[in-house]
Amino acid sequence: MHIPTRRALAAGAVALLAAMPAGAQAPGNGEATPVPAAVLRVEPERPRLPLSRLDLPPEDLGFAGARLATEDNRTTGTFLGQDFTLEEVSTSPDEAVAALEELTASGIQFVVTMADADTLLELSDAVADEDVILFNATAPDDRLRGEDCRANVFHTIPSRAMFADALAQFLMVKRWDRWFLVEGSHEADTALADAYRRAAEKFGANIVESRVFEDTGGARRTDAGHVQVQAQMPVFTQRAPEHHVLVAADESEVFGSYLPYHTWDPRPVAGSAGLRPTTWHPAHEAWAGMQMQSRFDRLAERPMRPEDFNVWVALRSIGEAATRTNSTDFASLRDYMLGDEFQLGAFKGVAVSYRQWDNQLRQPILLAHDNMVVSVSPQDQYVHQFSPLDSLGVDEPETTCSF
Amino acid sequence: MNRLLATTAAALAASAVAAVAQTVYVSNERGNSITIIDHESGEVVEEVPVGQRPRGINLSSDGKTLYILASDDNRVEVMDTETRQVTHHLPSGPDPELGILSPDDKILYVANEDDNLVTAIDVENRSIIAEIPVGIEPEGMGITSDGKTVVNTSETTNMAHFIDTETYEIYANILVDQRPRFAEFTADDSLLYVSAEIGGTVKVIDPSVPEVLHTITFEIPGVPQEAIQPVGVRVTEDGSKVYVALGPSNRVALVNGETWEVEEYFLVGQRVWQLAFTPDEKFLYTTNGISNDVSVIDVENNEVVRSIPVGEQPWGVQIGDH
Repeated sequence: MHIPTRRALAAGAVALLAAMPAGAQAPGNGEATPVPAAVLRVEPERPRLPLSRLDLPPEDLGFAGARLATEDNRTTGTFLGQDFTLEEVSTSPDEAVAALEELTASGIQFVVTMADADTLLELSDAVADEDVILFNATAPDDRLRGEDCRANVFHTIPSRAMFADALAQFLMVKRWDRWFLVEGSHEADTALADAYRRAAEKFGANIVESRVFEDTGGARRTDAGHVQVQAQMPVFTQRAPEHHVLVAADESEVFGSYLPYHTWDPRPVAGSAGLRPTTWHPAHEAWAGMQMQSRFDRLAERPMRPEDFNVWVALRSIGEAATRTNSTDFASLRDYMLGDEFQLGAFKGVAVSYRQWDNQLRQPILLAHDNMVVSVSPQDQYVHQFSPLDSLGVDEPETTCSF
Repeated sequence: MNRLLATTAAALAASAVAAVAQTVYVSNERGNSITIIDHESGEVVEEVPVGQRPRGINLSSDGKTLYILASDDNRVEVMDTETRQVTHHLPSGPDPELGILSPDDKILYVANEDDNLVTAIDVENRSIIAEIPVGIEPEGMGITSDGKTVVNTSETTNMAHFIDTETYEIYANILVDQRPRFAEFTADDSLLYVSAEIGGTVKVIDPSVPEVLHTITFEIPGVPQEAIQPVGVRVTEDGSKVYVALGPSNRVALVNGETWEVEEYFLVGQRVWQLAFTPDEKFLYTTNGISNDVSVIDVENNEVVRSIPVGEQPWGVQIGDH
């Protein structure tokens, strides 16, 4: 049996994909059975700027992760006579449904979405009667795994509950159980703070003080740098009761990054700044993470971000299902991904798989700060009757999801 | 003066018993060194600094040459075991992780983890004779006793690739469970064992077809399934005993080579990955990457008899009659 040299195939494929602008379609290998997929990235008209310029999103955020996954899938596919194709689409919230419908009309049944919760629900409802699965790569909202869950939505990004639990476990292992919680004033911040409150109760931490940091608007990038922040933050954080750590719930990115070293009390910051729970970090090397990083670096010429990982793991799920079932049939792939046998190696030490009660990918969560991974949850000290990964987030007996 | 006499005496004594000495070589991934242990005494004889990130090591059949895959230096370092000096390097392609020698010791086949290749190196001419594209993140390497088939496993593609060493072409691929790490033929080439680290299994493959005959699973009371991560596999010459290193569960399993039932679990050090028999098969050494030591299992009596501290993050182990 003659196998075409994978290197040539991949090199050609990668060169082709890299040369195309966003919104292009990668051609497939005409001989093999195709499994088409797409990434739909919904960008608000005035995207929120991050507090640090280091966090400015690259042009190919998410798409690069998709390209790596497609390349990985195609390598296995070469040996098995399957081909994987990828379409990348950027759109606005108003046009998202139309963009999705265009993709599904062309026969694509697996779409990774980078969208907020409201848009995601609109997309889900728009294709509810079709054989389509959406993979949520960027919306951490707990309601999407609970009362607003959808059978046609799988989640690769952890929920806020999972992120909060991951951090809580580490803090409890450290015995840093007295928390000063500072939350933002937007809905997302309140939801995140709720997750931390829930985590505190679940793991026995004591929130000794809660404060809300009001978003008073204003430009993000100014020339004054740290000067006003240095005066403002200590005053805002003074006179809190004795605590071990300040937990910041600032999903809207208004104040979190300004807290480290500006707190009144010399205490570490965790949550949305300082020690942060995340699905991926470019410094992560353990469990062959180094291999993933170097393949991504070569492909994208930049460090891999959590969004890239979330998209990667979604597309790899499809690839893994296609490999194991030796099929490209929608129902077979969906059933396999939700079944008991599904397992995917995701460079985080243990296999990842989908929870059958809410379609959430169960996975280890990294705790990172600055340029280093500090720890990985679930912490060894926490046991669970089924899988330690299910000690993070909403477990089966507690779920409010019913499909 | 006394010290010199003592050293000479020791050297004389050592050479007097050289015929039965068994020397253990351990690569220290983080320590960038090779720890050399005298099996009889259990003493560390020397720690030899080598290149960066040494992982796979391969000892020639006569025990005289140790090939060290210095992954971050992208080359193979060749150590003369008598002088314990690295005498020269071999080109290997990038990021060589694990290798296997042809039965005649002339060719070293190396898995280039970062580049999805298996490289065949002519060790005498010190040159690369072939590069075979395989799946993503190749590591495990097995070879038949006639040297005609090399099996390579790729961690992300989850396959065992069967390579014809005459044509350097892959002629078959078997899908195994998540993250295969090691491939080991029985001495008579009738069976191939392939471990899957994340899948938690060892597949028993009939290489003549090839096809999967059986999947060995593991269960250790009180240990979460996720921690049971099979890596290294070694089989006794007669095929009756199969030992499997089970990673962060800190145990080595003894599997019956005929029934494929697990007979025993040995508690060793932390994150046990690779294994090697002493040439007489009386003992099995295990490398425990997180506790920085090796454990010694008495094969006849089924017990762990010793732990020996080595360098940082021990990885590979080879043992010679020398």
